[in-house]
Amino acid sequence: MADDPINITVDGKAMEAKPGEMVIAAAERGGVYIPRFCWHPRMRPVGMCRMCLVEIKGPRGFSLMPACFVPVADGQEVVTDSPKVKKAQDGVLEFLLINHPLDCPVCDRGGECPLQDQTFAFGPGESRFVEEKRHWAKPIPINPLVALDRERCIQCSRCTRFADEVAGDAMIDFIGRADMTEVNTFPDRPFTSNFSGNVVQICPVGALTATPYRFKARPWDLDVVESTCTACAVGCRMALQSSSNRLIRHLGVDSDPVNHGWLCDKGRFSYEQTDNPDRLRTPLVRKGGQLVESSWNEALSMAAEGLRRVHDTSGPEAIAVLGGARLPNEDAYAWAKLAKGVLGTDNVDCQMGDGLPAELVLGLPRATIDEACAAAAVVLLAPDIKEELPVFYLRLREAVVDKGLKLIELTPQATGLSRHAEVRLQYRPGEAAAVTRALAATRVPDEGAGGVSAADIGAAAEVLGAAESVVVVLGRASLAETAESIADAAGVLANALPDATFLSALRRGNVHGALDMGLAPGILPGRVSLDEGREWFAEAWGDVPGTRGMDAAAVLAAAAQNTVQALVLVGADPATDFPDRALATQALAGVGFTVVVDLFGDGSGPSAHADVVLPASGYGERTGTTTNMEGRVSRLGQKVTAPGTARPDWMIAADLASRLGADLGFESLDDIAVEVERLAPSHAGLTPQLLARPGYRDGVLVPLADGMPTEADRPKEAIEVTANRAHLGNVPFENEPDADAPLEPQAEPVTSPTQAPARSRPPVLRYLPGSPARQAPPVDAYSLRLVAVHNLYDAGALVSRSPSLSALAPSPCLRVNPADLGRMGVKTGDRVRVSSSRKSLVLDVAADPHVLRGSAVLAFNAPGEGAADLIDISEPVTDLRVETVK
Amino acid sequence: MITDAAPIVTARIGSPQSWTLRSYLDQGGYDGLRKALTMDPGEVSEEVLTANLLGRGGAGFEAGKKWGMLRKADPVYLVINGDESEPCTFKDHMLMEEDPHQIIEGTLICAYAVGASQAFIYVRGEFALGLERMTAALNEAYAFGAVGRNILGSGFSIDVVVHPGAGAYICGEETALIESLEGKRGYPRDKPPWFPAAMGLYKAPTIVNNVETVSNLPWIVTNGGAAFAGLGVGRSAGTRLFSVSGHVKRPANYEVEMAKVTFRDLMYDPKLGGGIREDRELKAFVPGGVSAPWFGPDQLDMGLDQDAVGKAGSMLGSGSVVAMDDQTCMVRAAWRITRFFHRESCGQCTPCREGGGWLDKVMRRIELGQGRESDLDLLLDVCDNIAPGLGWPPQKTTICVLGPSIPSSIVSGIKMFRDEFLVHIKEGACPFGR
Amino acid sequence: MARLTAENLQRARQLIGLYPQSRSALIPMLHIAQEQDGWLTPDGMAHVAELLDIDPAEVYGTASFYDMFFTHPVGRYLVSVCTNLACLINGADELLEHAEARLGVAPGGTTADGEFTLEEVECIAFCGAAPCLAVNWRFFGNIGNDDFDRLVEDLVAGRLADDVPPHGTLNRVGRRVGLTAGAASSPPATHEDDATPEQARPS
Ligand SMILES: Cc1cc2nc3c(=O)[nH]c(=O)nc-3n(C[C@H](O)[C@H](O)[C@H](O)COP(=O)(O)O)c2cc1C
Ligand code: SF4
Ligand code: FES
Repeated sequence: MADDPINITVDGKAMEAKPGEMVIAAAERGGVYIPRFCWHPRMRPVGMCRMCLVEIKGPRGFSLMPACFVPVADGQEVVTDSPKVKKAQDGVLEFLLINHPLDCPVCDRGGECPLQDQTFAFGPGESRFVEEKRHWAKPIPINPLVALDRERCIQCSRCTRFADEVAGDAMIDFIGRADMTEVNTFPDRPFTSNFSGNVVQICPVGALTATPYRFKARPWDLDVVESTCTACAVGCRMALQSSSNRLIRHLGVDSDPVNHGWLCDKGRFSYEQTDNPDRLRTPLVRKGGQLVESSWNEALSMAAEGLRRVHDTSGPEAIAVLGGARLPNEDAYAWAKLAKGVLGTDNVDCQMGDGLPAELVLGLPRATIDEACAAAAVVLLAPDIKEELPVFYLRLREAVVDKGLKLIELTPQATGLSRHAEVRLQYRPGEAAAVTRALAATRVPDEGAGGVSAADIGAAAEVLGAAESVVVVLGRASLAETAESIADAAGVLANALPDATFLSALRRGNVHGALDMGLAPGILPGRVSLDEGREWFAEAWGDVPGTRGMDAAAVLAAAAQNTVQALVLVGADPATDFPDRALATQALAGVGFTVVVDLFGDGSGPSAHADVVLPASGYGERTGTTTNMEGRVSRLGQKVTAPGTARPDWMIAADLASRLGADLGFESLDDIAVEVERLAPSHAGLTPQLLARPGYRDGVLVPLADGMPTEADRPKEAIEVTANRAHLGNVPFENEPDADAPLEPQAEPVTSPTQAPARSRPPVLRYLPGSPARQAPPVDAYSLRLVAVHNLYDAGALVSRSPSLSALAPSPCLRVNPADLGRMGVKTGDRVRVSSSRKSLVLDVAADPHVLRGSAVLAFNAPGEGAADLIDISEPVTDLRVETVK
Repeated sequence: MITDAAPIVTARIGSPQSWTLRSYLDQGGYDGLRKALTMDPGEVSEEVLTANLLGRGGAGFEAGKKWGMLRKADPVYLVINGDESEPCTFKDHMLMEEDPHQIIEGTLICAYAVGASQAFIYVRGEFALGLERMTAALNEAYAFGAVGRNILGSGFSIDVVVHPGAGAYICGEETALIESLEGKRGYPRDKPPWFPAAMGLYKAPTIVNNVETVSNLPWIVTNGGAAFAGLGVGRSAGTRLFSVSGHVKRPANYEVEMAKVTFRDLMYDPKLGGGIREDRELKAFVPGGVSAPWFGPDQLDMGLDQDAVGKAGSMLGSGSVVAMDDQTCMVRAAWRITRFFHRESCGQCTPCREGGGWLDKVMRRIELGQGRESDLDLLLDVCDNIAPGLGWPPQKTTICVLGPSIPSSIVSGIKMFRDEFLVHIKEGACPFGR
Repeated sequence: MARLTAENLQRARQLIGLYPQSRSALIPMLHIAQEQDGWLTPDGMAHVAELLDIDPAEVYGTASFYDMFFTHPVGRYLVSVCTNLACLINGADELLEHAEARLGVAPGGTTADGEFTLEEVECIAFCGAAPCLAVNWRFFGNIGNDDFDRLVEDLVAGRLADDVPPHGTLNRVGRRVGLTAGAASSPPATHEDDATPEQARPS
């Protein structure tokens, strides 16, 4: 069989290899490490550096071959320790060093440099090279985050291959020839990739260094722990490194089901947010119109008092809790219990009007990232994942480019994947559902649908018809069209493709975990609807709201009318994140009482209108678990302590509850985890002990099958998990002492004597498509229909509080099809007046042939005034008038 | 002994306007193609196999055998290697300028035999006139109906593209040439798995043949493979073009019968090289391109036989023979060859990229009188780290054989002229005055 | 300093049409860009990148691999003196020294009037006439010092204008047949001289 193991011998030792793998990888798994520089397990081999030369037996006896470029074969004999091999490898090492500056003492890579290590272990004591070395000007910036020292470069091509092969951003390349080969960019065009930090991590020497990290620390001084990135919902595994109780570096950790070792630059450099000196250290309360420092005691009392007042006078419906999508699961659960169980309000929403209905996200059959990549076809009814879920983009791109995955792009704008799409269905903003209806129809209407031609829809239908497996990636391509229109389109697809599975492309760090934990109207923890879970949770919590509450949009509208009178913002910033800024501002100004739980409290952002600000611990300052877009729950690592008296969100919830006279019932994170496991149906079996097993350090998909991890989660052989992390040294993963004990199925609730649920768990939600969404009004020839998209770098808290990243956020610029621009008599670089029913702004304009005629693309949440000021969330689409300004 | 075998690939050279279609047709041009098209493609291959036609690009692999190794797939490409850059080789240069139609005809015969769907003639970029003549000839051939759709009424169709290089020796190496033809940096590919016949241009099976190799095809088809095999001796069949240069009186390209003609004939026969300038002594010679280890006067009587030269530790390679007389500084000669390889390394493999530069610097230092005695051992050891064992054909630590060719001149120089190196070192200057 | 002219753009598009994969046209297109401007300008390379839908860095990376492409301005005449083996042992180093003295620039340098760039090159496959050189890749063999001086004078006086076009012009014969890009049927309007080049090799 093709998958039968292959038997090889390395240095006389018998080993089992996998079909198709290279000798270097098989030998490493078998315990023989062959030195290498150019080989990287996640990129195609090139066999360039020649460091891995070993003797391999062929028809004409043993000869020197690169172990990274020779696939294993049954009966193959490999010798890695002969004098001939040693001489060849020593020779390569010496060659690499002759032109190397040997400036290890001032090199960032010193201490974690394979070249240094090899030299130290095997290198010649003295240089035989007495000639003048090669010189280059150094270091040079190749973008604001990465500096290049060409003298240290060993021409292994890892960075250039990453840029081209993995990221699809071939903006760096080898320039020149022979020993004057250098890595560089095109003159005056920086390496503007969202993934540039990866080249620093995979550079085997100190040629590429991260500007934010340069000269900050020496590797041997760093503390490290493994964690999961929460900058977006992909949930890349990464190592947090600290020095003197400060986060100083993030490194990608190779998680096979998730990130393959890569990180985007936002995730990589976002430790600067945690490390920001402006972090809030004590609670603040508003006195005489000013926010002043306060004690926890006073602040919590004020918060509880304000909430109780509203509760008692206007009822629980006058209270709303927004946010939570950046909290760990345990904290999200604590806040859900506080809001729904204690305050009694269902006006709870972790999304800011920029997401999708919770029922849709939780109730559609789910796909994993691996399943999407292995599918025959993927429908991308989603935003530009290169900007919003960057490492998922890398995975999907690889699947399309290397594995024949067919992509159908159903978006109103071009995305980073457009060039790889099999069929592009670029629909008129707001009309996705019309296209899906045409796709699902037995006959595609001649005139096409939603602005897409019948031919394209037919082509897409053909791909889908022939595909053995289809995954729909589902998200909000534009914040200027409604969530309902996307839900409508998704429902049509779900009906038309009954075997299709869905992967939700919501961006915020732990939005999926927050939804799982019930931070949405009509939802209770464990992917349960309020109605179906009411009795189960009422029994456990004591109380549950009687009717479905409002989502963020409705909450803000009600707050603007002062029917919602108390607002709790848990890591939420409606004024920048909500699509309709006018409504958000009105709401924040109109609501009577506001409690803010946040990392910052300098009077900007959410704290601007706060009555009480409670400082929370940030990323890297606490443990817990997080859930990624596919429903994978993994552990967060703690490496530093929170500033001042800031504390974890769950503790704030518990404290607040006790001020309100309730007991949330837990004193530690583990207590919460145990309760979640017991109560939340989707999390049955997910015990802290399970996640603490090294084999599950990549996380576990929920729901578990019969309380056991699914096949996809079965632990890889420990050696493989470790091998993937080998390049980082030994990244500690704090596991439980009994982590190796056999797993017991945990399907039935573990009953505790105090709270014994008498009934069986409520069922997990299933999504039932609702009624069609409102139609977009007919297009008016004089206006452009807005497409509001996210950039990786925006005005959000994570970027704006990370100094190295904030400078990268582009200023708003309206992109318009050149034909429309020409019609208006405007050209790239001009300023134009852009007006919607909401507001009139002056913006830069640029021609972009990838923008659909009749529409205009504007980055959402760019610094300054922009799309949020133009959008009226009550309208299905936003039409813009564009005029020249003199 | 120089034989009276009639020239094959240079038969028309020297006739007026030999590069035009008119001239070509007047001298039997495209008859070979016409005949081939009446045959079964397999029969054409069979004739070439019978002919024992060794590749003329350097490696000397039998053309017929190579065609037989082609992986069955669609499409198949044909690439003609006209990148001629091995120093002191200038035969393909002449063929492309003087008889481009012969190359086109050979290309078509080959394409027909192997079932290629498109053919590319990669011409060294520096050959401006060669490019112009090849392009003009191709235009004529299309107009004449010998290329394009339904060639000469046979139903066989193929497009041919003349593709210019841009100055990089390594692009003569077949896999680098393919990368270059794909619009990339000329990086050789690791073999296995990138044997062109299995996975070549655009990953499709590809035949790469040298310009001179295919120039023989019209004659072979017209006269039969056996006639070709009847010339020369054994595997070294037919005639072959040799570029003779250096200190001979009559430097030029000479087409002679293989094996029967010797190096001495080539350099000394009055109709060929005509002897060493000013009748000086021959000190050493390059027997087959500067990649090849040198020979001394004691090997002059060896026949131009691929296997014999191979057994003697060198190669006929690209067919360039450079005579060096007793006034030649062998250190300087070896340094200049080393410098060439240093500059022309593609830069992928560490031993070639860095080793080439290192050797160049040390050789230069010795030539300029700054050498040390220990440098000789150092040179040999560095060479050994590039080509372990220092034998020929070399063992490799690299992707292609450019790297392991660097040691040839240094090792030959030190082995044959160690004293001359030592004089440079002891006297602190070049004894030949520079 | 520029993007390709309309006429060169059409030539470029035809080139793309000749190959199964467009990137194969890269090097021929760069020759056109160099013919247009005498060297590869950033704008020219960026335009080529756009036409092939690849990153400009890939164009630059490829171009810089090849000796014939210049990413900085060079003289109208590029004088390439070979100093490899056959020429070396026939006086090439002396010829190069003389050329340096005559032109007043070291290898790699360009004369102040922008007429000549001198370079030392490896074997140019003209070894039968060593020592030899090329001017804009038109070959001249058996060059003594006097021959060199005469060659320079002839070039300056424009006496070799027919044989030696300005730097960058490589192949003056355009492909006229089997063009799939744009128009296979209608003959492309190229500026090239259709005649077979008859110029004899100067020596
Ligand atoms: C470094 C190097 C340079 C080469 N240069 C040339 C060349 O300029 N012309 C050529 O025909 N073959 C050259 N070759 C040989 C080619 O790789 C290939 O073997 C040849 O073109 C095949 O054609 P043939 O079988 O007809 O000889 C070179 C090989 C190497 C390793
Ligand atoms: S041996 Fe030299 S020329 Fe050949 S692939 Fe390696 S570096 Fe390039
Ligand atoms: S690791 Fe094998 S050649 Fe570089």
